[in-house]
Amino acid sequence: MVITDETIEYVGILAKLELSDDEKEQSKKDLSDMLDYVGKLNELDTSGVEPMSHTFPISNVMREDEVTNGDDKENMLKNAPESNQDAYIVPNTF
Amino acid sequence: MDYEVMIGLEVHVELNTRTKIFCGCSTEFGGAPNTHVCPVCSGMPGSLPVLNKEVVNKAISVGLATNCDITRNSKFDRKNYFYPDNPQNYQISQLYYPICRNGHVIIEVDNPDGIDPDTMHTLWSDPATDSKCEEITESERTEKGKKLATYKKAVRIHEIHMEEDAGKLVHDGFTDETWVDFNRSGVPLIEIVSEPDMRSAEEVVAYLEKLRETVQYLNASDCKLNEGSMRADVNLSIRKKGSTEYGTRTESKNLNSFRAIRRCIEAEIERQIEIIEDGGKVVQETRRWDDEKGYSYPMRSKEDAQDYRYFPDPDLVPLVISQEWIDNIRDNRPELRDEKKIRYKEEFGIPDYDIDLITGEKALADLFEEAVAEGADPKKASNWLMVETMRLMKEHNLDADQLKFSGTNLAKLIKLVDAKEINNAVAKEVFEKAIFLDNLDPEKYVADNNLSTKADSGELEAVVRKAIEANPKAVEDVKAGKGKAIGAIVGFVMKEMKGKCDPAEANRMIAEQLKNI
Amino acid sequence: MQDILSISAVDLGKKIAAGEITSVEATQAYLDRISAVDKDINAYITVMTEPALKAAEEADKMIAAKKAAGEELSPLAGVPIAVKDNMCIEGTLTTCASHILDNFVPTYTATAVQKLIDAGCVIIGRTNMDEFAMGSTTETSYFGATKNPRDLTRVPGGSSGGSAAAVAAMECPAALGSDTGGSIRQPASFCGVTGIKPTYGRVSRYGLIAYGSSLDQIGPLGKNVTDCATILEVISGHDAKDSTSAGADETSKQDERTTDYKFTEALVDDVKGMKIGIPRDYFLEGMNEDVKKAVLDAAEVLKSKGAIVEEFDLGMVEYAIPAYYVIACAEASSNLERFDGVKYGYRTSDYLDLHNMYKKTRSEGFGAEVKRRIMLGSFVLSSGYYDAYYVKALRVKALIKKAFDDAFAKYDVILGPVAPTTALKLGESLSDPIQMYLGDIYTVSVNLAGLPGISVPCGEDSNGLPIGLQLLGQTFDEKKIIRAAYSYEQYRLNNMSLKCDDIFGKEA
Repeated sequence: MVITDETIEYVGILAKLELSDDEKEQSKKDLSDMLDYVGKLNELDTSGVEPMSHTFPISNVMREDEVTNGDDKENMLKNAPESNQDAYIVPNTF
Repeated sequence: MDYEVMIGLEVHVELNTRTKIFCGCSTEFGGAPNTHVCPVCSGMPGSLPVLNKEVVNKAISVGLATNCDITRNSKFDRKNYFYPDNPQNYQISQLYYPICRNGHVIIEVDNPDGIDPDTMHTLWSDPATDSKCEEITESERTEKGKKLATYKKAVRIHEIHMEEDAGKLVHDGFTDETWVDFNRSGVPLIEIVSEPDMRSAEEVVAYLEKLRETVQYLNASDCKLNEGSMRADVNLSIRKKGSTEYGTRTESKNLNSFRAIRRCIEAEIERQIEIIEDGGKVVQETRRWDDEKGYSYPMRSKEDAQDYRYFPDPDLVPLVISQEWIDNIRDNRPELRDEKKIRYKEEFGIPDYDIDLITGEKALADLFEEAVAEGADPKKASNWLMVETMRLMKEHNLDADQLKFSGTNLAKLIKLVDAKEINNAVAKEVFEKAIFLDNLDPEKYVADNNLSTKADSGELEAVVRKAIEANPKAVEDVKAGKGKAIGAIVGFVMKEMKGKCDPAEANRMIAEQLKNI
Repeated sequence: MQDILSISAVDLGKKIAAGEITSVEATQAYLDRISAVDKDINAYITVMTEPALKAAEEADKMIAAKKAAGEELSPLAGVPIAVKDNMCIEGTLTTCASHILDNFVPTYTATAVQKLIDAGCVIIGRTNMDEFAMGSTTETSYFGATKNPRDLTRVPGGSSGGSAAAVAAMECPAALGSDTGGSIRQPASFCGVTGIKPTYGRVSRYGLIAYGSSLDQIGPLGKNVTDCATILEVISGHDAKDSTSAGADETSKQDERTTDYKFTEALVDDVKGMKIGIPRDYFLEGMNEDVKKAVLDAAEVLKSKGAIVEEFDLGMVEYAIPAYYVIACAEASSNLERFDGVKYGYRTSDYLDLHNMYKKTRSEGFGAEVKRRIMLGSFVLSSGYYDAYYVKALRVKALIKKAFDDAFAKYDVILGPVAPTTALKLGESLSDPIQMYLGDIYTVSVNLAGLPGISVPCGEDSNGLPIGLQLLGQTFDEKKIIRAAYSYEQYRLNNMSLKCDDIFGKEA
């Protein structure tokens, strides 16, 4: 599968990655090679096969509606690259 | 050229569970920023979601009340997009197997101008009976002697799914930065997605009111548009009358009141007609409504690809809903408004107009039922709610659920009046106090503040004597057969007693004393 | 002290329990060993010298108190254990070997690690790994490659290369690793140690920084099968914080194996009547002949001990790698979205606006292999490709699981190699990603099918590099593979006159 500049640009927007020109060329090749390789799956007839998410039967894992967490603000905000005493800070979104 | 308007709604409702959908953080409103936050709802690495069972219960109950099929094997999917209010940069939602599908609600729309026969077409078939229903049925409702034309129609619900709410972004104008608060992140939402079955702003408002009423009655949410616990996005397209193809739709967001929804719909219809009349094409896009300026603008940016890469969330397991689970929810469902209306008529025999008003807000209906259960006369309880309560709510700009007064206390108040412990004027005074105070007991309040109008008869007798002496002219007039003249004496008594007596009692005593003169 | 370093974790636990040595002494011995050799091996990202000694003091007090009270001690009480740097530990730098997390200090501890701490283990340090566990050489670490203690010019395998190398170089008696496509078993094989990848759902993933959520499992790496089984017994069990952990919901309650964690009961030297299948399709062209011989010799050993050994056609072998990379990369692309410079970790110093901040932070913060996988994962989930790639891969996964189910209808255990080669030279594989991915051919299908697998040393190649034997079981059949592996290990220790000293005593 041929990967175009537009595709790399588009996937970069989805993945929030900004690639240098060299990286873009490399990425085009890598993605193209991998997709060709992955295309091997098309050798298999999978019609009628249910896509499998969980490998063993498991369902209905739920918790009761009870408050178990307290206030851990101080600890959480300690890890923030930028914050004040109350909140995380990001560039203007408005 | 005539156009037909097709409107579908995506309504987000915040469920009123105690904790968030995937973690044990409180959903309480109004905490200091980032104080109801844990590794899960702030997107810390290594944290994992665990589903709150109550969210599923409430979603199913809304689904049943809106005639949906409940999906027996339901799953959660990740919706991937980067935004700072979304801590994982994906939202856990349901795309492929939403919890509810294929429902409908019947709305009743006010139509004082009469129905345009062009909009009467069959569009909906009843899934239960598989019979075609007329989309619109006319009925007439009597309101205070005035005939109001209304019509009923079905609005189909495509699906209801569960998802997590985002955090809150606050702009700091001083530094030109944005603050991120995750207290609301992970609060459970259901999104109710309708088919494009609505044709006017009136129908949209009727639909939203129906949903709000239903969800409130189910005790699943308080559904406040202005506080964001109910939010509606409007999908709107137009087409030339007679055409069977759908036009290109736009999605409008940021609609925080019924007024904004009406205005936005009207503006969007006008905008789309203008584009088409000018020979242009409507672009499929998301637009943000600015209610202050009265127009909308596109929300697109180069960095928004609108490609959400949905896939099943591997951190959550399938939800298998048994018939037993559904039956249990159905059997324990609270009474809905329509059911209450019928019961009130049968049980309490109060007028339709009263019933309509009281059941219009679940909080009022709850108050009413509690008061009646505590022995209050239904019509008297209803009168308090319809007259005084409505007046005070309007005057103080209150919602019904902000009233602090309990039904029990209303019953006590009515009892005090019935026993002539207090007169109506005092009762109204107490009531006005009570709507702002938690659990104000009228009996105690009247006693503590010495408000009883059942004056001790010795005191009243003395005052009456004084009044008669002070108003010789009025006494003469009464004796001469001018019955109305007694009013002046009663007025004197009431003034002397500072209102703390029953005027009827005063009247009776004056008449008696006059007899002896 | 050499003696302390060369004995197994369980033996060290016995000595500590018997009062022959304190936890502080043992911990200090390992810290000294790390100081001496880790500059050459680079198995650790963080050595937790002070917290470890403090924890060891606590452990000694706890052990004394329990002994005085006549209470039962965990076999691992006081034993130092290393933890791969992708499991969160409260108050401890946890980097995933990535620049984007190089200052991240979690406020919570992974359940598996907490269970070790509760058992009295001393967490001695955080081991190196491929960045976000993406790789099979430990060369993609932001903190530099780990070297193979058996040959410093070679890779230790990956992604748990630091954990495997630390055990092999006697820098810890045992370690935790994580396995998404072979990341415990393959480095165990390359470094000549033992590792178990448990059944998916056996060990809680809470606190494990996710790579491929449907594939990731935490497991032990140690000097022998006993150590691994003992650690697994401690860390297993249902966790209310991980919805995918088995043992509590209605369906898994119906299968008692999901709540049977007594793995040490399976440490029995007996494979009589055990049915073992060898997939013919595992022995492909281009496979290292020494590896092939060592693995088939191991099968002979088990046969000689009474196992019924047969060759069979497993099928689907060549589809596992493409299916794996689609699923793992798709999940990774989503799992790694949270690294955005807002809440924790690295943020670029200079940006124009929000989206520019995201892009620069992530582009500077992630290494090449991580970006490669995020790009692939984002692509296969994107509009128009989801069904063709992602859903297709999930269907193939179902077929792979079925192939294993068919095999386990006939066999208790499947036997094969861990990897087609022994440890490669540093830098040899990074240039060609697909070539590198092909090395995962025997391991990734196990993760897709959610099966348990164990890697035990079964010989050396002509360069003296270790070879690993892989034994696979049906889901929740850890006991069967532990028994087979233990039986094989007993033969090897008794008949090849190998002692731990021989294997682990070599000065790095």
